[in-house]
Amino acid sequence: MAKVELALQVLTGAEATAHAMRQIQPDVVPVYPITPQTPIIQTFSRFVADGKADTVIVQVESEHSAMSAAVGSALAGARTMTATASQGLALMVEVIYIAAGLRAPIVIAVGNRALSAPINIHGDHSDGMLARDSGAVQIYAQDAQEAYDLMVMAPRIAEHPDVMLPVMVGQDGFQVTHSAEGVALLPDPDVRDFVGPYEIPNPLLGGGASSHGTFAMPDSYFELRHQLVQATEAAEAVYAEVAQDYRRRFGRDLPQIDAYRMEDAERAILLIGSAAGTAKEVVDDLRAEGERVGLVALRLYRPFPHAALRAALAGARRVAVLDRAVSPGAYPPLYSDALGALQGSATTLQSYVYGLGGRDLSQRAVRRAFAELALPAADRIGYLGLGGEDGDGEP
Amino acid sequence: MIEVRWHGRGGQGAKTASQVLAVAYLKEGKAVQAFPEYGPERSGAPMLAYTRVDERKIRRRSAVTEPDVVVVLDPSLTHEVAITSGLRADGHLLLNIEDPGEAGEAVAAYPGDVLPVAADRLARAAGTRFPNVVLLGALAGWLGSPTFGHLAEALDEVMAGLPPAAREASREAMRAGYAAGERGMHHGE
Repeated sequence: MAKVELALQVLTGAEATAHAMRQIQPDVVPVYPITPQTPIIQTFSRFVADGKADTVIVQVESEHSAMSAAVGSALAGARTMTATASQGLALMVEVIYIAAGLRAPIVIAVGNRALSAPINIHGDHSDGMLARDSGAVQIYAQDAQEAYDLMVMAPRIAEHPDVMLPVMVGQDGFQVTHSAEGVALLPDPDVRDFVGPYEIPNPLLGGGASSHGTFAMPDSYFELRHQLVQATEAAEAVYAEVAQDYRRRFGRDLPQIDAYRMEDAERAILLIGSAAGTAKEVVDDLRAEGERVGLVALRLYRPFPHAALRAALAGARRVAVLDRAVSPGAYPPLYSDALGALQGSATTLQSYVYGLGGRDLSQRAVRRAFAELALPAADRIGYLGLGGEDGDGEP
Repeated sequence: MIEVRWHGRGGQGAKTASQVLAVAYLKEGKAVQAFPEYGPERSGAPMLAYTRVDERKIRRRSAVTEPDVVVVLDPSLTHEVAITSGLRADGHLLLNIEDPGEAGEAVAAYPGDVLPVAADRLARAAGTRFPNVVLLGALAGWLGSPTFGHLAEALDEVMAGLPPAAREASREAMRAGYAAGERGMHHGE
């Protein structure tokens, strides 16, 4: 099908996500308005109140309860979504592990924000990384349009028979959730047709017999957890399949890895999320100066696309991995994952942390990372923008 | 790319203004981005919002550090906040102020174009207490874009939830601002 030409409207990432939810019309959305909640739920609640989406919003007493209600709802046979951020996600994490283990295909929109203490309402990826090992699929948007597109794709990934897992759709707090830009929404019927009906095997309310939340002793627990591992791994192929169908129908291409000007790049930056846009500007500037640099941004973070990342970075000698989260006392998460993926390759990695608690990532800082890749490797973690360094804008 | 920084106090409508301007420029076929900079949220606290406008898709997410245009919604901010910080020397500074002589030293020291507009008074005369709509009009009249028509349409969309009388007052305030901006443009020529 030809690319659908649609009018742009000015929407924040949060509003665009709420529109996706309006179009999908999940049966149930359990929420708790923690501070900071996201404007996703604020906007979506208004749609429901105005009769624009036929969804039961269940207000509960905590994010822990929101996720618990979501598990029950999804397994009962109702398409279920929720949204959260920061401490709210932290409180959900215990139950996200349970949702993954019970294979409950819940879609969770996340406005990725810093964790306390100190209290901070701004963006980073610390909250998402808390759920990194839960088995939930994690995808990250670069801008408001992607936040919308990925939210439309998410139910198909979550509910695929090979997957049956929670899918977290991340967008950077403030830089995407509260940043308004031109977004093209798809027609409502096209979204509903793309997503299709909610069908899971043996729903609790389906008339058949099923049992969930059972006990598993050492004779079976390991095998059941291994099935979870396989399901999460299977989500990589399912993501590709859903993205391909999305591109075929709507002309929008959201591959799991966004490789930008990597064709002959010797040095590259690897990162997740909205910083990709700023980095692309710098890549263009450096390319214009004759430097062979490129960018790789992951949309799919869990499962980690090992082989695809190896292929994307095959030609690069040096790669700066920019994490927007820390693992105090160890290398940060994306760096560690990338190191695992590139075992035995000729590519060497350099670890940087940036943007904690909403600290700006300037183009100057991105340039610095590229420049340092031309120097001998440093056996330490670099910090971009720390202490006001690099924070003074464009080069 | 044009980068606009809005200085206001919580509750004055700086964020709304940043969005209305973005919607108006979108109607002119431009790529836009509008975002607020949040601190602790309390009514009356100084806050910032930004609008970016470009011919092609705006990819950068970094902070606006060297704006082309600064708009100040509250006269007292000219004394409290570094309103000209990073503002390009050949840029535009638009102030809501009754008596330009009352503005802080940074305004006098700024080498670029300055347009003082009595936005509070013009807003009240039109029946609203919000200076943001006056300044939106003044900005468009001063810069020569977006058109008043696009700005008015954008205002209607962003303020669709308000009663018709409030929207009409806002539009009138914007019209008065636009005229003041046009006078500023001709004055500068």
